[in-house]
Amino acid sequence: MSIIEVINLKKYFKEIKAVDDISFSVNEGEIFAFLGPNGAGKSTTIKMLTTLLKPTNGKIIVNSFDTEKQSNEVRHSFGIVFQDYSLDDELTAYENMEFHGSLYRVPKKIRHKRIEQLLNIVELWDRKDYLVKTFSGGMKRRLEIARGLLHHPKIFFLDEPTIGLDPQTRNHIWDYIQKLNKEEKITILLTTHYMEEAEKVANRVAIIDHGKIVILGTVEELNQKANTNSLENAFLHFTGYNLREESTNGIDRMRMRHNHKIKR
Amino acid sequence: MNTIYILWLRQVKRYLRSKSRMIGSLSQPILFLVALGYGLGPTFQRAGEGNYIQFLAPGVIAMSVLFSAIFSGMDIIWDKQFGFLKETLAAPISRFEIMIGRTLGGATTSIFQGILVLLISLLLGFKISSFSLLFTAFIFIFMIAVLFTALGTSIASVLEDMQGFQLIMNFLVMPTFFLSGALFPLDGLPKSIEIISKINPLSYGVDGLRGALTGLYQFTFTTDLITLLIITFILFLIGSYLFSKIQV
Ligand SMILES: Nc1ncnc2c1ncn2[C@@H]1O[C@H](COP(=O)(O)OP(=O)(O)OP(=O)(O)O)[C@@H](O)[C@H]1O
Ligand SMILES: [Mg+2]
Repeated sequence: MSIIEVINLKKYFKEIKAVDDISFSVNEGEIFAFLGPNGAGKSTTIKMLTTLLKPTNGKIIVNSFDTEKQSNEVRHSFGIVFQDYSLDDELTAYENMEFHGSLYRVPKKIRHKRIEQLLNIVELWDRKDYLVKTFSGGMKRRLEIARGLLHHPKIFFLDEPTIGLDPQTRNHIWDYIQKLNKEEKITILLTTHYMEEAEKVANRVAIIDHGKIVILGTVEELNQKANTNSLENAFLHFTGYNLREESTNGIDRMRMRHNHKIKR
Repeated sequence: MNTIYILWLRQVKRYLRSKSRMIGSLSQPILFLVALGYGLGPTFQRAGEGNYIQFLAPGVIAMSVLFSAIFSGMDIIWDKQFGFLKETLAAPISRFEIMIGRTLGGATTSIFQGILVLLISLLLGFKISSFSLLFTAFIFIFMIAVLFTALGTSIASVLEDMQGFQLIMNFLVMPTFFLSGALFPLDGLPKSIEIISKINPLSYGVDGLRGALTGLYQFTFTTDLITLLIITFILFLIGSYLFSKIQV
């Protein structure tokens, strides 16, 4: 049973073909990794899957709903951790969690228990009443992950969730995500540039480059086809060794500016 | 209901926390009241128009509500740039609920701002004719606040960043303020200015507010209220539509 179905999806920004005719499906309960070099089109695809961006062409079914025609129903089906910054700086860590919990209608009792549990996992519980603008970049990222996991939807979209985090925290978080996947049967679609993370958690992997899916399969299948012994080598085999232009869309720049604490 | 409340609460919290912004936005109305009120007062009196502070204060209150409402509507641009807008747009709530929550939040902080200016103008010598009409005054403050928050939201929905801000300020907000009867009476004006002031929604807000606080109406209470209601309704619909089209 596939819970996500993408059919001939395209997204063009003027002449840039960010997503160029991709089709794939994700099975219910699966952990699916979406890998690719900078600017490959991963985040753009996730934005279309989560109704934030309109496709130029193609069709997306999420949890049996059409993202364009039934966007409200689709939004009831998923949770998301964005690649770029999405916290309210002027609120405390706890208030950011609380805001999310109410928007997603997590019942009060569960909400408070889970906020405490998650903030403990990302080691922010003792900083819960500090304004987010006083946090370091890594602390902000940990808060974003904790917030994203506050409600338990059918599907999680995790766009480079562990970017900029130390190895200890990354391990903790992936363990927790795997547990959610097992115990609550939550389907997970993730992107990451840490190949060992994908290797460890993903049931299947799609490699996307220049807006097109180059190959899709289990890690073993990819290694077999590329005649390699690690996902990293397979990745390089399929996407080539050339350096990519650093992705520099406006929002990414915002994140960088933000982390350098340039304020309005 | 709960989601509207939490969206509202966020705006109010942010407002209460930005003390510098709150105080900063009081300096302008104070300047207007003192410089114009005391400066032009004698001239106004000589022209046989009565006490200028009495005339000016409702206009300045309306001004502070106008500015604060437009800006809080336009806060969406900051949310867009700083990324928080994605968090609300990906949530399982309708765009319409977000619009209502944001508008009420922005309106609440603008009303608060208007009340602060009202209190300041009382300190500076403004006299309310009848306290029983204070409630009517609140209705007009509320209408101005909602109307211009919705307008700010509409504008912010189609702008990418704050670059167009100066343009909006110079070609929309300032003319709206100056040609609303906030600073001078609207009778006996050149035809072209009179026409502009008649289609300016703020004229009806200023008039209603001044009427309620001092008993001096240019139009009538009913005209003011109905005009504001209709324009607010239309702008709210336009704002909701444009907001629902935002992509991030
Ligand atoms: N709003 C936009 N306007 C114009 N071009 C855009 C926009 N968003 C993305 N792009 C372009 O689309 C392409 C794909 O970007 P996307 O963010 O999807 O890449 P990605 O695979 O997520 O990369 P990364 O690993 O760097 O996050 C890039 O060339 C990018 O510059
Ligand atoms: Mg990306």
